[in-house]
Amino acid sequence: MQPIISVSNLTKTYASGFKALNGINLDIQRGEIFALLGPNGAGKTTLISIICGIANLSAGKVEVGGHDINADYRVARSLIGLVPQELHTDAFESVWATVSFSRGLFGKPKNPAHIEKVLKDLSLWDKKDNKIITLSGGMKRRVMIAKALSHEPQILFLDEPTAGVDVELRKGMWEVVRQLRENGVTVILTTHYIEEAEEMADRIGVINKGEIILVEEKAKLMQKLGRKQLKLHLQGRLDTLPATLAPYHLELTEDGKELIYTYDTQSERTGITTLLSDLRDADIRFKDLSTTQSSLEEIFVNLVRTGA
Amino acid sequence: MNFSAVRAIYLFEMARTWRTLLQSVVSPVISTSLYFVVFGAAIGSRISEIQGVSYGTFIVPGLVMLSVLTQSISNASFGIYFPKFVGTIYEVLSAPVSYVEIVLGYVGAAATKSVILGLIILGTAGLFVPLHIHHPLWMLAFLVLTAVTFSLFGFIIGIWADNFEKLQAIPLLVVTPLTFLGGSFYSVNMLPSPWRTITLFNPVVYLISGFRWSFYEISDVSPAVSVGITFGFLAVCMIVVWWIFKTGYRLKN
Ligand SMILES: Nc1ncnc2c1ncn2[C@@H]1O[C@H](COP(=O)(O)OP(=O)(O)O)[C@@H](O)[C@H]1O
Ligand SMILES: [Mg+2]
Repeated sequence: MQPIISVSNLTKTYASGFKALNGINLDIQRGEIFALLGPNGAGKTTLISIICGIANLSAGKVEVGGHDINADYRVARSLIGLVPQELHTDAFESVWATVSFSRGLFGKPKNPAHIEKVLKDLSLWDKKDNKIITLSGGMKRRVMIAKALSHEPQILFLDEPTAGVDVELRKGMWEVVRQLRENGVTVILTTHYIEEAEEMADRIGVINKGEIILVEEKAKLMQKLGRKQLKLHLQGRLDTLPATLAPYHLELTEDGKELIYTYDTQSERTGITTLLSDLRDADIRFKDLSTTQSSLEEIFVNLVRTGA
Repeated sequence: MNFSAVRAIYLFEMARTWRTLLQSVVSPVISTSLYFVVFGAAIGSRISEIQGVSYGTFIVPGLVMLSVLTQSISNASFGIYFPKFVGTIYEVLSAPVSYVEIVLGYVGAAATKSVILGLIILGTAGLFVPLHIHHPLWMLAFLVLTAVTFSLFGFIIGIWADNFEKLQAIPLLVVTPLTFLGGSFYSVNMLPSPWRTITLFNPVVYLISGFRWSFYEISDVSPAVSVGITFGFLAVCMIVVWWIFKTGYRLKN
């Protein structure tokens, strides 16, 4: 299937001479939720700004729905709704007026029923006549989402949608995104909260210092890079490990009460069975055991560290 | 052509005017009335007729132009500066609109306001002195042309300015002196000779002269030259705007 967004060899050098993006290649598939994950300053906002027409590209090519973003900007942009990172809203307009304005700006005929639906979905309906300046930060963020959705885009960009938003609102935002995907909207969100990517995304791209380090389906990423740890809680204390256990590269905690075995979930043999029998032979007894899988957070930190 | 976008921007800008009605309309009307009290009544009574017109009547076209010029610039420059300042410009930049549509929306609204304002001031002036307009259509044409041209000029200033000082600087340091020295309150022919020649480099002289001609058929320079100069300035502004959008100057990184 043809990707809905196709970025090739995209480079961005700011007027200051700073190279914020360096040869980005990225395809976004229709209907997916794609999380762009990266530390502050990685180039996430720059990438989005270029795709949406807010910044000029220095080199490379971007196509949205098969349309070049420069040569064919009208079609390309009409497919996109953008919710930028910063809260940029009007102040004295009503919620209804500002959302209707956005629809007009994107060249769509009036459709009060659609705007009503968007406002209701975002729990803004009872605020529709309020001036924006009177709303809380979380509500302003939702007004910006409503503006982006007012013209029925096929693609929605959410640049750090939950930065500085409290937990409850964050959950609400995730719900909105899931609903959008059910309606066939492609969602690209950036975040530096791993939790968010882990919770919502179908695919994850990791960006650091203007380069895409990796793009992978979330489940595969977890599998591929996910190592598991087996923790054995010992009955007694252990000072040193017997030599027979050396091949397992076990880790003994400082207090001598726990043994940690790290293994690869993907390999044919995890080595757990032989480890347990070797432990019995060495007469090491344990009272409990647990396993943990490394989170996306650890994977990410590892990637950025090794990629740097 | 994305007319719906032009309409959206235009109506948005006009709505801003209604919200700030006091600043937009009432204050220019008050200041114009003050000019009449000071120049027309107090000083004017001591000045004899100029080119067959009483002094109070003579200054009316100049006063209207004074307001139209300054208001066009301030409306249009603020109209585009503000979204840049608060960041809401992102939406216009990301929308499927061409620069012609953006300019039509912003400049159209600013020019509309100025024309309405000019007519209100004219009405106010009519309360102080008897008015007779020889060429009403030419008068309107001059009014609209000036409003459009200087709104476009203001639009450029609004894009160029990256702080409030710059936004104020051009109108204050350049435009106001030029308008005051542009023959609003006197005929250029009344000046001694070197000043008269120097004054002819002031484009505002041509605007006011042409505008006054449409009222009283008296002018410092030929009306055709006035129209020509105004169109020339309009063309320069258009080229600058075209360049701004082509390069993304001060709008896009
Ligand atoms: N207008 C600009 N001029 C120069 N450098 C910029 C500009 N905007 C952003 N940058 C730099 O580009 C890098 C990427 O920024 P950004 O895309 O905002 O990162 P992110 O959104 O991932 O935090 C940062 O180092 C930032 O300082
Ligand atoms: Mg960012």
